[in-house]
Amino acid sequence: MIRVALPFHLRNLAKVGSEVQLEITGEVTLQSILDTIEVRYPMLAGTMRDHITKQRRPFLRFFACGEDFSHSSPDTRLPDKVISGEEPFLVIGAVAGG
Amino acid sequence: MTSIRVLVGTKKGAFVLRSNANRAKWEVDGPFFAGWEVYHMKGSPEDPDRIYASQSSGWFGQIVQRSDDGGKTWFQPGFNPDSHRDSEPTTNPEGMPLTESNKFAYDIIGKPLTTHQWYDGTQHPWEFKRVWHMEPSITNADIVYAGVEDAAIFKSTDGGISWQELSGLRGHRTGSLWMPGAGGMAVHTIIEDQNNPQRIFIAISAAGVFRTDDGGKTWKPINKGLSSQYIPDPNAEVGHCVHRIAMHPSRPEVLFMQKHWDVMRSDDAGESWHEISGNLPSDFGFVVDIHAHEPNTVYVIPIKSDSEHFPPEGKLRVYRSRKGGNEWEALTKGLPQKDCYVNILRDAMCVDTLDPCGIYFGTTGGQVYASSDGGDSWNAIVQNLPSVCSVEVQAIP
Repeated sequence: MIRVALPFHLRNLAKVGSEVQLEITGEVTLQSILDTIEVRYPMLAGTMRDHITKQRRPFLRFFACGEDFSHSSPDTRLPDKVISGEEPFLVIGAVAGG
Repeated sequence: MTSIRVLVGTKKGAFVLRSNANRAKWEVDGPFFAGWEVYHMKGSPEDPDRIYASQSSGWFGQIVQRSDDGGKTWFQPGFNPDSHRDSEPTTNPEGMPLTESNKFAYDIIGKPLTTHQWYDGTQHPWEFKRVWHMEPSITNADIVYAGVEDAAIFKSTDGGISWQELSGLRGHRTGSLWMPGAGGMAVHTIIEDQNNPQRIFIAISAAGVFRTDDGGKTWKPINKGLSSQYIPDPNAEVGHCVHRIAMHPSRPEVLFMQKHWDVMRSDDAGESWHEISGNLPSDFGFVVDIHAHEPNTVYVIPIKSDSEHFPPEGKLRVYRSRKGGNEWEALTKGLPQKDCYVNILRDAMCVDTLDPCGIYFGTTGGQVYASSDGGDSWNAIVQNLPSVCSVEVQAIP
Protein backbone atom coordinates (compact mmCIF):
# COMPACT_ATOMS: atom_id res chain seq x y z
CA MET A 1 0.00 0.00 0.00
CA ILE A 2 1.41 3.39 -1.02
CA ARG A 3 1.14 6.18 1.53
CA VAL A 4 0.68 9.74 0.26
CA ALA A 5 0.78 12.83 2.48
CA LEU A 6 -1.29 15.70 1.11
CA PRO A 7 -1.10 19.40 2.02
CA PHE A 8 -3.78 20.93 4.24
CA HIS A 9 -5.96 22.44 1.53
CA LEU A 10 -6.03 19.30 -0.60
CA ARG A 11 -6.90 17.20 2.44
CA ASN A 12 -9.86 19.51 3.00
CA LEU A 13 -11.01 19.24 -0.62
CA ALA A 14 -10.79 15.45 -0.55
CA LYS A 15 -12.14 15.26 3.01
CA VAL A 16 -9.33 12.94 4.11
CA GLY A 17 -6.81 12.85 6.91
CA SER A 18 -3.12 13.67 6.73
CA GLU A 19 -2.32 10.59 4.65
CA VAL A 20 -4.16 8.55 2.06
CA GLN A 21 -3.35 5.02 1.05
CA LEU A 22 -3.32 3.88 -2.55
CA GLU A 23 -3.25 0.49 -4.20
CA ILE A 24 -1.17 0.67 -7.36
CA THR A 25 -0.73 -2.23 -9.72
CA GLY A 26 2.33 -2.17 -11.92
CA GLU A 27 5.26 0.20 -11.77
CA VAL A 28 5.08 2.82 -9.01
CA THR A 29 6.13 6.05 -10.67
CA LEU A 30 5.47 9.73 -10.18
CA GLN A 31 2.83 9.55 -12.89
CA SER A 32 1.15 6.40 -11.63
CA ILE A 33 0.84 7.87 -8.14
CA LEU A 34 -0.68 11.12 -9.44
CA ASP A 35 -2.96 9.26 -11.85
CA THR A 36 -4.18 7.04 -9.03
CA ILE A 37 -4.78 9.97 -6.68
CA GLU A 38 -6.85 11.74 -9.35
CA VAL A 39 -8.94 8.65 -10.06
CA ARG A 40 -9.43 7.87 -6.38
CA TYR A 41 -10.05 11.48 -5.44
CA PRO A 42 -11.31 13.16 -8.61
CA MET A 43 -11.96 16.44 -6.80
CA LEU A 44 -8.16 16.79 -6.74
CA ALA A 45 -7.77 16.53 -10.52
CA GLY A 46 -6.17 19.75 -11.71
CA THR A 47 -4.96 20.81 -8.27
CA MET A 48 -1.49 19.20 -8.34
CA ARG A 49 -0.87 19.37 -12.07
CA ASP A 50 -2.50 21.20 -14.91
CA HIS A 51 -5.59 19.51 -16.35
CA ILE A 52 -4.41 19.82 -19.92
CA THR A 53 -0.61 19.85 -19.94
CA LYS A 54 -0.12 17.61 -16.88
CA GLN A 55 2.64 19.97 -15.77
CA ARG A 56 3.22 20.18 -12.02
CA ARG A 57 1.77 23.34 -10.53
CA PRO A 58 4.68 25.71 -9.92
CA PHE A 59 4.23 26.02 -6.15
CA LEU A 60 3.87 22.30 -5.46
CA ARG A 61 6.74 19.94 -4.74
CA PHE A 62 7.02 16.15 -4.65
CA PHE A 63 9.36 14.54 -2.12
CA ALA A 64 10.10 10.98 -1.03
CA CYS A 65 12.81 9.52 1.23
CA GLY A 66 14.55 12.88 1.53
CA GLU A 67 14.75 13.27 -2.24
CA ASP A 68 13.13 15.96 -4.39
CA PHE A 69 11.22 14.44 -7.30
CA SER A 70 9.63 17.71 -8.40
CA HIS A 71 11.69 17.97 -11.54
CA SER A 72 11.87 14.25 -12.28
CA SER A 73 10.43 12.65 -15.35
CA PRO A 74 6.84 11.36 -14.87
CA ASP A 75 8.02 7.78 -15.43
CA THR A 76 10.65 7.94 -12.70
CA ARG A 77 10.38 4.89 -10.46
CA LEU A 78 9.92 5.84 -6.82
CA PRO A 79 12.09 4.43 -3.99
CA ASP A 80 11.45 0.94 -2.61
CA LYS A 81 10.55 2.37 0.80
CA VAL A 82 7.67 4.30 -0.81
CA ILE A 83 6.54 1.21 -2.71
CA SER A 84 6.58 -0.88 0.46
CA GLY A 85 4.72 1.79 2.43
CA GLU A 86 7.58 2.30 4.85
CA GLU A 87 7.94 5.94 3.78
CA PRO A 88 5.21 8.29 2.48
CA PHE A 89 5.23 10.13 -0.81
CA LEU A 90 4.96 13.81 0.10
CA VAL A 91 2.99 16.46 -1.84
CA ILE A 92 4.06 19.78 -0.38
CA GLY A 93 2.85 23.30 -0.96
CA ALA A 94 6.09 25.18 -1.47
CA VAL A 95 6.87 28.22 0.64
CA ALA A 96 6.03 31.22 -1.49
CA GLY A 97 5.76 34.81 -0.48
CA GLY A 98 8.52 36.26 1.59
CA MET B 1 -41.00 37.84 5.59
CA THR B 2 -38.33 38.66 3.07
CA SER B 3 -34.78 37.89 4.11
CA ILE B 4 -31.58 39.30 2.71
CA ARG B 5 -28.43 37.35 1.97
CA VAL B 6 -25.17 39.08 1.07
CA LEU B 7 -22.48 36.92 -0.53
CA VAL B 8 -18.97 38.23 0.07
CA GLY B 9 -15.90 36.85 -1.70
CA THR B 10 -12.55 37.78 -0.19
CA LYS B 11 -8.85 37.15 -0.62
CA LYS B 12 -8.99 34.53 2.12
CA GLY B 13 -12.38 32.89 1.88
CA ALA B 14 -16.12 33.47 1.48
CA PHE B 15 -18.70 34.84 3.87
CA VAL B 16 -22.49 34.86 3.89
CA LEU B 17 -24.22 37.72 5.72
CA ARG B 18 -27.88 37.36 6.65
CA SER B 19 -30.53 39.84 7.74
CA ASN B 20 -34.25 40.49 7.47
CA ALA B 21 -35.97 43.15 5.37
CA ASN B 22 -35.08 45.82 7.91
CA ARG B 23 -31.41 45.24 7.07
CA ALA B 24 -30.40 46.51 10.53
CA LYS B 25 -28.87 43.46 12.23
CA TRP B 26 -26.61 41.03 10.44
CA GLU B 27 -25.29 37.55 11.11
CA VAL B 28 -21.99 36.50 9.58
CA ASP B 29 -21.35 32.92 8.45
CA GLY B 30 -17.91 31.83 7.35
CA PRO B 31 -15.20 31.76 6.41
CA PHE B 32 -15.96 29.16 3.78
CA PHE B 33 -12.94 27.89 1.78
CA ALA B 34 -10.65 29.55 4.32
CA GLY B 35 -7.30 30.53 2.92
CA TRP B 36 -8.46 30.49 -0.72
CA GLU B 37 -9.21 33.48 -2.90
CA VAL B 38 -12.90 33.77 -3.72
CA TYR B 39 -13.11 36.15 -6.62
CA HIS B 40 -16.87 35.89 -6.95
CA MET B 41 -19.98 34.09 -5.77
CA LYS B 42 -23.50 34.59 -7.07
CA GLY B 43 -26.92 33.05 -6.59
CA SER B 44 -29.26 31.85 -9.30
CA PRO B 45 -32.19 34.20 -10.00
CA GLU B 46 -34.27 31.15 -10.81
CA ASP B 47 -33.37 29.23 -7.62
CA PRO B 48 -31.86 31.58 -5.01
CA ASP B 49 -30.61 28.71 -2.85
CA ARG B 50 -28.35 27.64 -5.72
CA ILE B 51 -25.13 29.62 -5.37
CA TYR B 52 -21.96 29.28 -7.43
CA ALA B 53 -18.54 30.31 -6.11
CA SER B 54 -15.14 30.66 -7.71
CA GLN B 55 -12.42 29.41 -5.35
CA SER B 56 -8.82 29.70 -6.49
CA SER B 57 -5.26 29.55 -5.27
CA GLY B 58 -1.83 30.23 -6.65
CA TRP B 59 -0.82 26.83 -5.33
CA PHE B 60 -3.71 24.59 -6.30
CA GLY B 61 -5.48 26.31 -9.20
CA GLN B 62 -9.20 26.69 -9.78
CA ILE B 63 -12.04 25.05 -7.86
CA VAL B 64 -15.75 25.58 -8.52
CA GLN B 65 -18.01 25.35 -5.49
CA ARG B 66 -21.78 25.13 -5.38
CA SER B 67 -24.34 25.39 -2.64
CA ASP B 68 -27.91 24.14 -3.00
CA ASP B 69 -29.04 25.33 0.42
CA GLY B 70 -28.40 29.05 0.32
CA GLY B 71 -24.75 28.95 1.32
CA LYS B 72 -24.97 26.73 4.39
CA THR B 73 -23.10 23.80 2.81
CA TRP B 74 -20.91 23.60 -0.27
CA PHE B 75 -19.56 20.97 -2.63
CA GLN B 76 -17.69 20.70 -5.90
CA PRO B 77 -20.41 20.17 -8.55
CA GLY B 78 -20.78 16.56 -9.48
CA PHE B 79 -18.96 15.23 -6.46
CA ASN B 80 -20.93 13.69 -3.73
CA PRO B 81 -19.52 15.29 -0.58
CA ASP B 82 -18.73 11.80 0.70
CA SER B 83 -17.49 10.41 -2.59
CA HIS B 84 -14.24 9.14 -1.10
CA ARG B 85 -16.16 6.30 0.44
CA ASP B 86 -15.57 2.98 -1.25
CA SER B 87 -19.28 2.39 -1.76
CA GLU B 88 -19.63 5.43 -4.01
CA PRO B 89 -17.87 5.22 -7.34
CA THR B 90 -15.93 8.28 -8.41
CA THR B 91 -14.99 7.13 -11.89
CA ASN B 92 -16.71 5.85 -14.97
CA PRO B 93 -16.11 2.31 -16.30
CA GLU B 94 -13.08 3.59 -18.22
CA GLY B 95 -11.52 4.76 -14.98
CA MET B 96 -11.92 8.48 -15.70
CA PRO B 97 -13.23 10.93 -13.10
CA LEU B 98 -16.98 11.35 -13.24
CA THR B 99 -16.83 15.11 -13.32
CA GLU B 100 -14.46 17.85 -14.31
CA SER B 101 -15.97 20.83 -12.54
CA ASN B 102 -12.64 22.64 -12.27
CA LYS B 103 -11.51 21.95 -15.84
CA PHE B 104 -11.58 25.01 -18.10
CA ALA B 105 -10.08 23.85 -21.37
CA TYR B 106 -9.84 26.40 -24.15
CA ASP B 107 -11.45 25.24 -27.35
CA ILE B 108 -8.64 24.35 -29.74
CA ILE B 109 -10.92 22.81 -32.36
CA GLY B 110 -13.72 25.29 -33.02
CA LYS B 111 -11.56 28.39 -32.80
CA PRO B 112 -7.93 27.36 -32.64
CA LEU B 113 -6.63 30.73 -31.54
CA THR B 114 -3.68 30.08 -29.27
CA THR B 115 -1.97 33.42 -28.70
CA HIS B 116 -2.76 36.99 -27.73
CA GLN B 117 -0.66 40.11 -27.49
CA TRP B 118 1.80 40.32 -24.61
CA TYR B 119 3.11 43.45 -22.90
CA ASP B 120 6.12 43.64 -25.20
CA GLY B 121 4.00 43.35 -28.33
CA THR B 122 4.88 39.72 -29.03
CA GLN B 123 2.30 36.98 -29.12
CA HIS B 124 1.80 34.95 -25.92
CA PRO B 125 0.04 31.61 -25.39
CA TRP B 126 -3.47 31.71 -23.98
CA GLU B 127 -3.28 30.25 -20.45
CA PHE B 128 -6.16 29.62 -18.06
CA LYS B 129 -5.53 31.20 -14.66
CA ARG B 130 -8.79 31.59 -12.74
CA VAL B 131 -12.51 32.32 -12.86
CA TRP B 132 -13.17 35.99 -12.14
CA HIS B 133 -16.94 36.04 -12.43
CA MET B 134 -19.83 33.56 -12.16
CA GLU B 135 -23.11 34.53 -13.83
CA PRO B 136 -25.98 32.10 -13.25
CA SER B 137 -28.58 32.19 -16.01
CA ILE B 138 -31.70 34.24 -15.43
CA THR B 139 -33.97 31.36 -16.41
CA ASN B 140 -32.25 28.07 -15.55
CA ALA B 141 -30.33 27.32 -12.35
CA ASP B 142 -28.25 24.63 -14.07
CA ILE B 143 -26.95 27.09 -16.66
CA VAL B 144 -24.10 29.28 -15.50
CA TYR B 145 -21.48 31.34 -17.30
CA ALA B 146 -17.92 31.83 -16.10
CA GLY B 147 -15.72 34.77 -17.10
CA VAL B 148 -12.11 33.70 -16.87
CA GLU B 149 -8.52 34.90 -17.08
CA ASP B 150 -6.98 34.70 -19.72
CA ALA B 151 -10.04 36.28 -21.23
CA ALA B 152 -12.72 33.80 -22.30
CA ILE B 153 -16.27 32.87 -21.45
CA PHE B 154 -17.29 29.35 -20.49
CA LYS B 155 -20.78 27.91 -20.11
CA SER B 156 -22.04 25.04 -18.03
CA THR B 157 -25.46 23.52 -18.66
CA ASP B 158 -25.22 20.91 -15.91
CA GLY B 159 -24.90 22.98 -12.77
CA GLY B 160 -21.16 23.48 -13.00
CA ILE B 161 -20.21 19.82 -13.44
CA SER B 162 -18.56 20.49 -16.81
CA TRP B 163 -17.66 23.60 -18.79
CA GLN B 164 -17.46 24.40 -22.49
CA GLU B 165 -15.91 27.52 -23.94
CA LEU B 166 -18.02 29.87 -26.07
CA SER B 167 -15.01 30.22 -28.28
CA GLY B 168 -16.51 32.68 -30.72
CA LEU B 169 -15.53 35.40 -28.27
CA ARG B 170 -11.85 34.57 -27.98
CA GLY B 171 -11.85 33.63 -31.64
CA HIS B 172 -13.03 37.05 -32.75
CA ARG B 173 -10.66 38.42 -35.38
CA THR B 174 -9.36 40.94 -32.84
CA GLY B 175 -8.44 38.25 -30.29
CA SER B 176 -4.77 38.24 -31.12
CA LEU B 177 -4.69 42.00 -30.39
CA TRP B 178 -6.07 41.74 -26.86
CA MET B 179 -3.53 42.55 -24.19
CA PRO B 180 -3.60 42.20 -20.40
CA GLY B 181 -3.74 45.26 -18.17
CA ALA B 182 -1.83 45.42 -14.90
CA GLY B 183 -4.48 43.22 -13.27
CA GLY B 184 -4.46 40.57 -15.97
CA MET B 185 -6.70 39.92 -18.94
CA ALA B 186 -10.06 38.60 -17.89
CA VAL B 187 -13.75 38.50 -18.69
CA HIS B 188 -15.04 40.17 -15.53
CA THR B 189 -18.59 41.21 -16.42
CA ILE B 190 -21.36 39.07 -17.94
CA ILE B 191 -24.86 40.49 -18.39
CA GLU B 192 -27.77 38.59 -19.90
CA ASP B 193 -30.57 40.56 -21.52
CA GLN B 194 -33.70 39.08 -19.98
CA ASN B 195 -35.81 40.45 -22.83
CA ASN B 196 -33.68 38.74 -25.44
CA PRO B 197 -32.22 35.38 -24.42
CA GLN B 198 -29.84 35.43 -27.39
CA ARG B 199 -28.16 38.64 -26.27
CA ILE B 200 -25.30 38.74 -23.75
CA PHE B 201 -22.88 41.56 -22.96
CA ILE B 202 -19.39 40.89 -21.59
CA ALA B 203 -16.48 43.13 -20.68
CA ILE B 204 -12.76 42.41 -20.73
CA SER B 205 -9.85 44.25 -19.20
CA ALA B 206 -8.14 45.40 -21.31
CA ALA B 207 -9.97 44.67 -24.54
CA GLY B 208 -13.39 46.30 -24.09
CA VAL B 209 -17.06 45.38 -24.32
CA PHE B 210 -18.45 42.69 -26.61
CA ARG B 211 -22.00 41.64 -27.41
CA THR B 212 -23.49 38.47 -28.80
CA ASP B 213 -26.92 38.38 -30.40
CA ASP B 214 -26.91 34.67 -31.15
CA GLY B 215 -26.48 33.10 -27.74
CA GLY B 216 -22.70 33.24 -27.70
CA LYS B 217 -21.76 31.85 -31.12
CA THR B 218 -20.48 35.14 -32.49
CA TRP B 219 -19.48 38.37 -30.79
CA LYS B 220 -18.87 41.93 -31.85
CA PRO B 221 -16.80 44.59 -30.09
CA ILE B 222 -18.98 47.55 -29.07
CA ASN B 223 -16.51 50.22 -28.04
CA LYS B 224 -17.33 53.13 -30.33
CA GLY B 225 -16.99 56.40 -28.45
CA LEU B 226 -14.55 55.10 -25.86
CA SER B 227 -11.38 57.11 -25.60
CA SER B 228 -8.27 55.82 -23.86
CA GLN B 229 -5.20 58.00 -23.39
CA TYR B 230 -2.79 55.17 -24.05
CA ILE B 231 -4.34 54.22 -27.39
CA PRO B 232 -3.28 56.56 -30.17
CA ASP B 233 -6.05 55.47 -32.53
CA PRO B 234 -9.20 57.41 -31.50
CA ASN B 235 -11.35 54.80 -33.21
CA ALA B 236 -9.64 51.72 -31.77
CA GLU B 237 -12.00 48.77 -31.99
CA VAL B 238 -10.45 47.03 -28.96
CA GLY B 239 -7.85 47.71 -26.29
CA HIS B 240 -10.03 49.68 -23.87
CA CYS B 241 -9.71 48.99 -20.16
CA VAL B 242 -13.37 48.66 -19.23
CA HIS B 243 -13.74 48.06 -15.51
CA ARG B 244 -17.45 47.36 -15.24
CA ILE B 245 -20.75 47.72 -17.07
CA ALA B 246 -24.28 47.73 -15.65
CA MET B 247 -27.75 47.39 -17.15
CA HIS B 248 -31.21 47.82 -15.62
CA PRO B 249 -33.43 44.90 -16.67
CA SER B 250 -36.30 47.22 -17.62
CA ARG B 251 -34.14 49.18 -20.04
CA PRO B 252 -31.76 46.75 -21.74
CA GLU B 253 -30.63 49.18 -24.40
CA VAL B 254 -29.12 51.52 -21.79
CA LEU B 255 -25.71 50.58 -20.40
CA PHE B 256 -23.54 52.38 -17.89
CA MET B 257 -19.78 51.87 -17.75
CA GLN B 258 -16.96 52.63 -15.36
CA LYS B 259 -13.88 52.66 -17.55
CA HIS B 260 -10.27 52.92 -16.36
CA TRP B 261 -10.89 56.61 -16.74
CA ASP B 262 -14.33 58.01 -17.68
CA VAL B 263 -17.83 57.04 -16.69
CA MET B 264 -19.72 56.30 -19.88
CA ARG B 265 -23.27 55.64 -21.06
CA SER B 266 -24.77 53.94 -24.10
CA ASP B 267 -28.40 54.34 -25.16
CA ASP B 268 -28.21 51.88 -28.04
CA ALA B 269 -27.08 48.60 -26.50
CA GLY B 270 -23.42 49.51 -26.76
CA GLU B 271 -23.37 50.63 -30.39
CA SER B 272 -22.06 54.00 -29.23
CA TRP B 273 -20.92 55.52 -25.94
CA HIS B 274 -20.75 59.02 -24.51
CA GLU B 275 -19.12 60.35 -21.38
CA ILE B 276 -21.22 61.20 -18.29
CA SER B 277 -18.43 61.82 -15.75
CA GLY B 278 -19.70 65.37 -15.15
CA ASN B 279 -18.76 66.75 -11.74
CA LEU B 280 -17.21 63.60 -10.26
CA PRO B 281 -14.02 64.30 -8.24
CA SER B 282 -12.30 61.50 -10.18
CA ASP B 283 -13.63 59.71 -13.22
CA PHE B 284 -11.51 56.66 -12.37
CA GLY B 285 -13.07 53.80 -10.44
CA PHE B 286 -14.08 50.19 -10.67
CA VAL B 287 -17.76 49.77 -9.74
CA VAL B 288 -20.96 51.04 -11.30
CA ASP B 289 -24.49 49.95 -10.47
CA ILE B 290 -28.11 51.03 -10.94
CA HIS B 291 -30.99 51.53 -8.48
CA ALA B 292 -33.37 48.57 -8.60
CA HIS B 293 -36.49 50.70 -9.16
CA GLU B 294 -35.11 53.86 -10.76
CA PRO B 295 -33.29 52.96 -13.97
CA ASN B 296 -31.87 56.46 -14.29
CA THR B 297 -30.29 56.45 -10.81
CA VAL B 298 -26.67 55.35 -11.03
CA TYR B 299 -23.97 54.79 -8.39
CA VAL B 300 -20.17 54.95 -8.71
CA ILE B 301 -17.32 55.23 -6.22
CA PRO B 302 -14.58 57.56 -7.51
CA ILE B 303 -11.03 56.40 -6.89
CA LYS B 304 -7.80 58.32 -7.27
CA SER B 305 -5.48 57.07 -9.95
CA ASP B 306 -3.32 56.28 -11.89
CA SER B 307 -1.48 54.36 -9.22
CA GLU B 308 -2.98 55.35 -5.84
CA HIS B 309 -6.27 53.47 -6.10
CA PHE B 310 -7.85 54.91 -2.98
CA PRO B 311 -10.61 57.52 -2.49
CA PRO B 312 -9.71 61.15 -3.30
CA GLU B 313 -8.75 63.13 -0.18
CA GLY B 314 -9.08 60.01 1.97
CA LYS B 315 -12.89 60.44 1.92
CA LEU B 316 -14.98 57.40 1.05
CA ARG B 317 -17.84 58.74 -1.02
CA VAL B 318 -20.45 57.03 -3.13
CA TYR B 319 -21.67 59.27 -5.91
CA ARG B 320 -25.26 59.07 -7.11
CA SER B 321 -26.76 60.52 -10.25
CA ARG B 322 -30.53 60.61 -10.48
CA LYS B 323 -30.35 61.87 -14.03
CA GLY B 324 -28.48 59.05 -15.68
CA GLY B 325 -25.12 60.75 -15.37
CA ASN B 326 -23.33 64.10 -15.63
CA GLU B 327 -24.83 65.51 -12.42
CA TRP B 328 -23.57 63.64 -9.36
CA GLU B 329 -24.12 64.08 -5.61
CA ALA B 330 -21.77 62.79 -2.93
CA LEU B 331 -23.26 60.34 -0.44
CA THR B 332 -21.23 60.45 2.76
CA LYS B 333 -23.48 59.85 5.75
CA GLY B 334 -22.03 56.92 7.69
CA LEU B 335 -18.94 56.59 5.49
CA PRO B 336 -15.44 57.56 6.73
CA GLN B 337 -14.61 61.10 5.67
CA LYS B 338 -10.97 61.16 6.66
CA ASP B 339 -7.98 58.83 6.56
CA CYS B 340 -9.71 56.26 4.37
CA TYR B 341 -7.41 54.60 1.84
CA VAL B 342 -9.23 51.47 0.70
CA ASN B 343 -10.25 50.42 -2.78
CA ILE B 344 -13.51 48.96 -4.04
CA LEU B 345 -12.99 46.30 -6.67
CA ARG B 346 -15.15 45.88 -9.76
CA ASP B 347 -17.41 43.07 -8.53
CA ALA B 348 -17.80 44.55 -5.05
CA MET B 349 -20.98 46.63 -5.44
CA CYS B 350 -24.56 45.45 -5.79
CA VAL B 351 -28.18 46.46 -5.15
CA ASP B 352 -31.10 44.54 -3.67
CA THR B 353 -34.67 44.58 -4.96
CA LEU B 354 -36.43 45.78 -1.80
CA ASP B 355 -38.17 49.13 -1.55
CA PRO B 356 -36.40 51.28 -0.54
CA CYS B 357 -33.55 49.88 -2.53
CA GLY B 358 -30.50 48.57 -0.66
CA ILE B 359 -26.99 49.33 -1.91
CA TYR B 360 -23.93 47.33 -0.80
CA PHE B 361 -20.21 47.53 -1.39
CA GLY B 362 -17.07 45.91 0.02
CA THR B 363 -13.59 47.33 0.42
CA THR B 364 -10.06 46.06 0.28
CA GLY B 365 -9.93 46.97 3.98
CA GLY B 366 -12.46 44.26 4.79
CA GLN B 367 -15.55 46.38 5.42
CA VAL B 368 -18.91 45.80 3.79
CA TYR B 369 -21.06 48.92 3.81
CA ALA B 370 -24.81 48.87 3.26
CA SER B 371 -27.47 51.47 2.70
CA SER B 372 -31.14 50.59 3.17
CA ASP B 373 -32.36 53.95 1.86
CA GLY B 374 -31.03 54.15 -1.65
CA GLY B 375 -27.66 55.53 -0.59
CA ASP B 376 -28.73 58.39 1.71
CA SER B 377 -27.05 56.77 4.72
CA TRP B 378 -24.62 53.91 5.25
CA ASN B 379 -23.55 51.42 7.89
CA ALA B 380 -20.67 48.97 8.02
CA ILE B 381 -22.49 45.65 8.35
CA VAL B 382 -19.19 43.83 8.87
CA GLN B 383 -15.84 45.48 9.52
CA ASN B 384 -12.83 43.23 9.60
CA LEU B 385 -13.01 40.67 6.84
CA PRO B 386 -10.08 39.90 4.56
CA SER B 387 -9.77 42.14 1.53
CA VAL B 388 -13.11 42.02 -0.29
CA CYS B 389 -13.15 40.90 -3.94
CA SER B 390 -16.89 40.73 -4.56
CA VAL B 391 -20.30 41.45 -3.05
CA GLU B 392 -23.63 40.11 -4.30
CA VAL B 393 -27.02 40.32 -2.63
CA GLN B 394 -30.18 38.22 -2.75
CA ALA B 395 -33.65 39.14 -1.53
CA ILE B 396 -35.34 35.88 -0.53
CA PRO B 397 -39.16 36.06 -0.48
